[in-house]
Amino acid sequence: MAEAQNIPVGSTTAGQIAVAAESTVATRMSAPPSFDVADFPVPHGREEEWRFTPLERLRGLHDGTAVATGDGVRIDIEAPEGVVVETVGRDDARLGKAGTPVDRVAAQAYSAFEKAGVVTVPKETVLTEPIRIAVHGEGGVAYGHQVIELGAFAEAVVVIDHTGDAVLAANVDYVLGDGAKLTVVSVQDWDDKAVHVGQHNALIGRDATFKSFVVTFGGDLVRLHPRVSYAGTGGEAELFGLYFTDAGQHQEHRLLVDHNVPHCKSNAVYKGALQGEQAHAVWIGDVLIEAKAEGTDTYEMNRNLVLTDGARVDSVPNLEIETGEIVGAGHASATGRFDDEQLFYLMARGIPADEARRLVVRGFFAELVQQIAVADIEERLLVKIDEELEASV
Amino acid sequence: MATLEIRDLHVTVEADNATKEILKGVDLTVKQGETHAIMGPNGSGKSTLAYSIAGHPKYTITQGTVTLDGEDVLAMEVDERARAGMFLAMQYPVEVPGVSVSNFLRTSATAIRGEAPKLRTWVKEVKESMAALQMDPAFAERNVNEGFSGGEKKRHEILQMELLKPKIAILDETDSGLDVDALRVVSEGVNRIRETGEVGTLLITHYTRILRYIKPDFVHVFANGRIAESGGAELADKLENEGYEAYVKGGASA
Repeated sequence: MAEAQNIPVGSTTAGQIAVAAESTVATRMSAPPSFDVADFPVPHGREEEWRFTPLERLRGLHDGTAVATGDGVRIDIEAPEGVVVETVGRDDARLGKAGTPVDRVAAQAYSAFEKAGVVTVPKETVLTEPIRIAVHGEGGVAYGHQVIELGAFAEAVVVIDHTGDAVLAANVDYVLGDGAKLTVVSVQDWDDKAVHVGQHNALIGRDATFKSFVVTFGGDLVRLHPRVSYAGTGGEAELFGLYFTDAGQHQEHRLLVDHNVPHCKSNAVYKGALQGEQAHAVWIGDVLIEAKAEGTDTYEMNRNLVLTDGARVDSVPNLEIETGEIVGAGHASATGRFDDEQLFYLMARGIPADEARRLVVRGFFAELVQQIAVADIEERLLVKIDEELEASV
Repeated sequence: MATLEIRDLHVTVEADNATKEILKGVDLTVKQGETHAIMGPNGSGKSTLAYSIAGHPKYTITQGTVTLDGEDVLAMEVDERARAGMFLAMQYPVEVPGVSVSNFLRTSATAIRGEAPKLRTWVKEVKESMAALQMDPAFAERNVNEGFSGGEKKRHEILQMELLKPKIAILDETDSGLDVDALRVVSEGVNRIRETGEVGTLLITHYTRILRYIKPDFVHVFANGRIAESGGAELADKLENEGYEAYVKGGASA
């Protein structure tokens, strides 16, 4: 696998680090962030943020023609004692605090939802069991908004599990109080026809830790924007992602980490496997280190394993640095094939072809799967990986 | 007793939009317990012989037969050949990222033996083999061949040979790129396996050096895609003194 980019700061001279006068991450977008869908023109497909996405498969989420139906999604929330689960109206002050929609569909979701969910873990509450949010598609169109807020020093694991069939545009806000620790596992295990677009904003408090796993297997089109910014110094974000893109699927993950506060850390690792005709994975990794964010330490990596011909990966890491007073900043992207020589080697040791493939893909994902630390989710992912592979052989 | 029989084997390879015949009628019989050395200059087709027998898709068999105890090896898939008792120690073992040595060995042993080895005895078996090959136990947790030195890759190949217990093992230039110490360790490993009398060994090499450690019963000189001369261990001494020139003249492409 060839490294496309790899810039560890500290081992290079200052001249090799691109220092931007102003943020191009922001200016690349066709409109400034806004909660109002009317502030965004209907995309035509050539905009920087839409150029990889097949608009015709968004089923009208991008142009206002997708109208919410009664049978969109059913949401069931299972929460341990001490957690407050609420359904609130649009005017609730807790909505939209973690970030502002950056594209037309995220703004459409914010403009169109009727009720929002708010899950609160009070300060200093340490949960031993995960909070589980099951989002089950019932075949219709839905818009949604979910807030997950942790008070100071609270600790929680949240699993958001998407299944069934729907056309869904929904945003999620994660708000972490000082010293809070939140692990989120968002699983996109949709049926084949589902369309899911959303922006996931995390606002990380002082000395708080945010760990996120975005796991995308299903759907016809999934396009997610995991975004992170910091409310105080000492915050840490770990953004992990796994995707398994099959024939005909479009799976797009567009990350942004905004180092807007000094002395924060971020680490992003996304890994994807692809197989089949017209399988298309897109990974955008934007990291912005603002001028005031001295002492930043960040790294982002995307790895893709292409199992068959006919699949396509677009992997675009962007690192924008406005201050040289940082601990480290780097990014890497590599896309490799499971090649005939690897297959031959494993088969020459008696391992059948399908098992060889499974061994390699499981191995490829193992380091991420093992870190999830929610046993039933780990197990389900491994089963899912095996199912995906069996479907292809 | 297992017997590998190669009869009139012709093999071609596609290169630069042309079909090139590399093997031009190879005849060879290897029996369990025997050690055959195949020696020859670069480009004579030694490695092609090894990979053709193992079933590498790059090579096309155009004529001839390969049988193991009468079974048609050429009709088998690559993995079936291994399960039938064939083993190829490769000159350039392939990196398999994400797959640990221990996982790889166990998966492979399970496939070859037809059932998962008992965990306790298996761990002991692996540890002993690794110790004998002077391999660090931490090696088991590394990814297959990833970042291995030349010597580590070859030890790893011989480790597999010991654990998989093939009937016929082909060692393709296992000695190339090894310093004397590594060569000795690897050779001792091969000898330990040979002493069981359970394996027929086809040792492919460019140099006579390894034959000081591994004594062959038969030596074959390979030139221009076929066996040019066969003899006992003394043939190696002749090659040591005279080189391959007598065989390369008039015909060989190298």
